[in-house]
Order: sequence, then C-alpha cells, then structure tokens
Amino acid sequence: MAVREMNWLPQISPRFCRILQRNSQVLRRTWMISFLPPILEPVLYLLAFGAGLGLLVREISYRGEPVSYVAYIAPALIAINIMYNAFFENTFASYVRMYYQKTYDAIMATPLNLDEIITGEIVWGAVKSLIATILMMAVISFFRLLVYPQALLIVPLAFLGGLVFGSVAMCFTALVPQIEVFNFPIFLFITPMFLFSGTFFPLETLPHWAQVLAQVLPLTHLVALVRALAMGKLEGQLLLSLLYLFFFSAGTFILAIVLMRRRLII
Amino acid sequence: MVVVCHTVVRRIGGCRTVGLSRPTADGNWLVDLNVAYLEMPEPLIFSKDLCKTFNGLKAVDGISLRMSRGECFGILGPNGAGKTSTVRMIYGFSPVSSGTLKVFGMDIQKHARLIKAKSGVCQQENNLDPDLTVFQNLVTFASYFDIPRANARQRASELLRFMRLEHKEHAKILELSGGMQRRLVIARALINKPELLILDEPTTGLDPQSRHQVWARLAELKAQGLGILLTTHYMEEAAHLCDRLVIMDHGRILVEGGPLDLIHQNVGVNVIEVESPSESLLKFVKESDLDHEELSHRLLIYTRDGETLFGKISEGFCDRGCSLRMATLEDVFLKLTGRELRD
Repeated sequence: MAVREMNWLPQISPRFCRILQRNSQVLRRTWMISFLPPILEPVLYLLAFGAGLGLLVREISYRGEPVSYVAYIAPALIAINIMYNAFFENTFASYVRMYYQKTYDAIMATPLNLDEIITGEIVWGAVKSLIATILMMAVISFFRLLVYPQALLIVPLAFLGGLVFGSVAMCFTALVPQIEVFNFPIFLFITPMFLFSGTFFPLETLPHWAQVLAQVLPLTHLVALVRALAMGKLEGQLLLSLLYLFFFSAGTFILAIVLMRRRLII
Repeated sequence: MVVVCHTVVRRIGGCRTVGLSRPTADGNWLVDLNVAYLEMPEPLIFSKDLCKTFNGLKAVDGISLRMSRGECFGILGPNGAGKTSTVRMIYGFSPVSSGTLKVFGMDIQKHARLIKAKSGVCQQENNLDPDLTVFQNLVTFASYFDIPRANARQRASELLRFMRLEHKEHAKILELSGGMQRRLVIARALINKPELLILDEPTTGLDPQSRHQVWARLAELKAQGLGILLTTHYMEEAAHLCDRLVIMDHGRILVEGGPLDLIHQNVGVNVIEVESPSESLLKFVKESDLDHEELSHRLLIYTRDGETLFGKISEGFCDRGCSLRMATLEDVFLKLTGRELRD
C-alpha cells in the first residue's frame, strides 16, 4: 500500500494518443461549431476595438514605440483564444465526458489507465488551442497585424499555452461537485485574467501591487510572448515568461492527475 | 509382452484427472491410480480474504472465491451487498483494500493492464459513447486495445451480426432502445476476444424480450467456452446461466454452489404457500417442526416431500389460497438475505 501511495507521479504510456484519436473523431463531425468562434471572434473584436475604441485611443506605447491600438490588442486576442479553447474543452466538455457520459469509466476497463485518459484530454485541449490559433492567425493576417516569420512561433506556443490552461481546467474538473460550479473559476480566474493580463491596456498603468499580482497570472506571460512574436520583437526577458508557463503547466498537470485519481479511483 | 499405455483424461468436478491406463487380461482397461495425478486448472479468478473499504464502510468483507475457465459464475445479492464493489476490483477499476486477488493467475495490483487487455467488461451503466455511432463505438473501443483498424472493423461487423444489431450500424446511441444499448455494450466488451467476460447486472431494466435475447447470446458465448462472471439480482437469470454462484450480503458470501444444489440444501424441493393461514395450521407446522416462514397474511413451508405434505395440509387445514410449487433460487435468496427493503 505504502508503495502505491508514494507513486504519485503520472504513469503514462503513448496509449494516451488513443484519447486524441477518439476526440478528433468526434471533432470531425462538429468542427464547424467548434471553430467558427476563433474565426469570427477576432473580426468582431477588431471591428469593435479598431473602429470604435481605436478612434479614441489610436496609439499606445509598446516598449517605448507607438503602435496602433488594433495591433496592440490583436496578439492578446490570440492569447485569450488559446486560453479559452483549452479551458473550456477541459472544463465543460471533459466534465460531460467524465460525469454524464461516463466515457472515462468505460475506457478505464481497457488497457488505458486514468493517468493516460487525463493526459489525452489535456493534450487534446492543447491541440484544440493550436488549431484555433492557426485559424485565428489566418484571419488576423488579413489585417496585416502579424510580422512573419517570427509570428509562426505562436503556433507551438499555442500548444504550450493550451497545456497550461487545460491542466488548470482539469484541476477544476476534478474538484467541482456539479457542472454549474464552473462559474466560480470562470468568474474568479478567467475573467480577471481576460482583463488584467496586459491584454487591452499595458500593465504599467496598474498600481504596483496589481502589477506584481499580474505576474502570477499565466495569461500575462502568454500575452507578453504572443505580442512579442506577433510584432517580431524578441528579447531575452521573454525566456522567463516561457519558463514560467512551462513550470506552471508541469505543476498543474501533475496536480490534475492526482486530483482526478482522488475523484475517480475509489 | 507389449504394454499399451494410454493417457486417460477425465473430468471430475471441473478438474482434469490424468492417469495411465493399461489393458488387463480380461480385456478391460485398468487405470493406474498410482501415476494418476490431479491437474488443477489455473483458476480464472482467485480471491482470498478480499476486502474493500471506502469512506469508512466495509463494502467487501473478506471474500474468497475461485472461478474456473469456461465457467459461468454468478454473484447474487440485494442492493448494497457488495457485488459491484467486488467486480470493480476484479476488472481493475477499484484498488484492493486488503487480501489477495488474482485474475488469469496474475496479481491485479501488479498486472492490471495485462489483465484488462484479456477481459471484457460490461459495467452497470450503459456508458456507450454518445458522441459516436454504433459502429464507431466498437472500432474506437478496439483502438484502446491496440487492435489494428482493419481487424477492428471486421470484428465490429461480426459482433454487430452476433448481437443482431447490424441494421443499426450507423445509428446514434441515443436512437437505440435500452435492449439494443445493452447488447451493444456486450458486443463492445467482446471486441478484444476476451478470455473472461464480466457483466455487472447485464439485464437490469430490460423488457422480457430483450432479456431473453441477451440470455440467448450469453448462453452461446458460454457454449464457446468463454468464462463469464455475472452479478445480478434476477434469480431467474442466475438459475438460467450460472454453473455456480454465491449469494452475498453485507460484503460477505453467505452460500456458494450450483443453483439446484443451493435450492435443495437451503429450502428443499417444494414450497407450499398458504394465504391467511389458520391458527390450527400454524400450530400443526410448529408441532411438526416444519421448515417455514411466517409473513404477514402468508405462510411458506419449505419441504422435500411436497406432494404428501401438500395433501395433508390442503385437506386438513386449508379451505382457500393454498398452493404447491417448485422451490426457486428466489426462495433461497429471500430466506438468506431477509425480506426487508434495502434502500
């Protein structure tokens, strides 16, 4: 018994890819519904902020240089999209599969173990973030708001960002007693990040304590990275943001698996 | 002198007896018992003092059982008896709290993945994948067992035919009736050609037609030599399918044996039921020391010699509502687990 309790590290084989296959098979039927938002959303946002708010703000200072407001927020929209895709996939969609459809129960009676199922689900959330990012980048490119080839690095970054928010989401999925409770993490975690991660205005305009707090939020680092890549302005300091996202996803990934085992293995 | 030796293989109570035989002078064969030895087949499932505790509750409290290959073994019990907890440990879903549990001779705690690869499981809820079609359900499930896609498609078609579902190949799960869903769950459990099929209440909630359809398919599988472990609270189902069964309650095994043996050992051959028994009959029953049960407005008398006793009772004590019937597994079940509600 003691041996098993110490064994908290995820036990994962490449079998987790079976979950990706299963989910992609479902997506082949529903892709229209899943990927319409990443195509339409940036158009709506860019219209609203570009034609509406943009007329008031016009320019904003980014690293000492003035950039148009639309160019400032376009990368943030990509980062938010990465967050949303993975987070909603691994909260609501995963919860439905786990709780209502009992899909995990059925798979746990096969050679796959729970760790692999959860890994497959989280990686799937990241894959969805990645696909949505490619679609969204295609749309934003029409507005000439991305600097290539640097912006291409946003694609692998989207996968890492997907792992970050998918793992956090999976922790909530392991904890919530019922599906309505997801409103709490959305209200207390996602919405504040959406607003206060350097998305629509520079962090420097915030009071000092809020700036420090913002550094804890993973979206702050994702926005910083996506914005730098989109504008083609890479610098060494970004490596810290990348490391932060890496360790954040590793930590929450292990936590998600431990919490899921506690919930489902009884 | 030429001595012809034959290896004799006989089945005695599920065990293979292997010995050497030689011809005798009078033309008979003599089995040399000195060289005969018992070759105990490795049990499919073996458990000893198996326990499962969760939330401070002992759901399974020291179960020891042994199930052979090719056998249909039943676990019966009222709701909350520990049936599902037991099978969930057997198919590697729940960790064992204490005791030994081996499936295919392998320790479930060390070789869960191997054991699961060779088992087919039909859980209590219909957890088919509603996001996929009937055919996709089978093929996708096959992928979890690393079955190559071409094989999986062929096997899926075979199983749909076997389960009489071939016309529903492209249907969505929610379009299927309860009976069809259940058959599809069983088909799915067979996708990996398992050596052990575990069914947790396979026919709960089905109409009689569907239930008999499922039984017919299970009987066919059993005839092919598949080992089947079944939990149920339908006595008819257990009597119909099981070679051997246990009745469980409060996490423990109460009795174990073949369905008929259990009936004969615990309640006899016949049951005489009397509606609103008279005082004189009750007195007679008690004085004759007959095995009986008094319910409200009803008396049950368990007996091995139904005809004679029934004659005596129906003539002497009964004016209405008195009947003689064969004893069933349900009588055993109710006698052992009591009649009070369990929810």
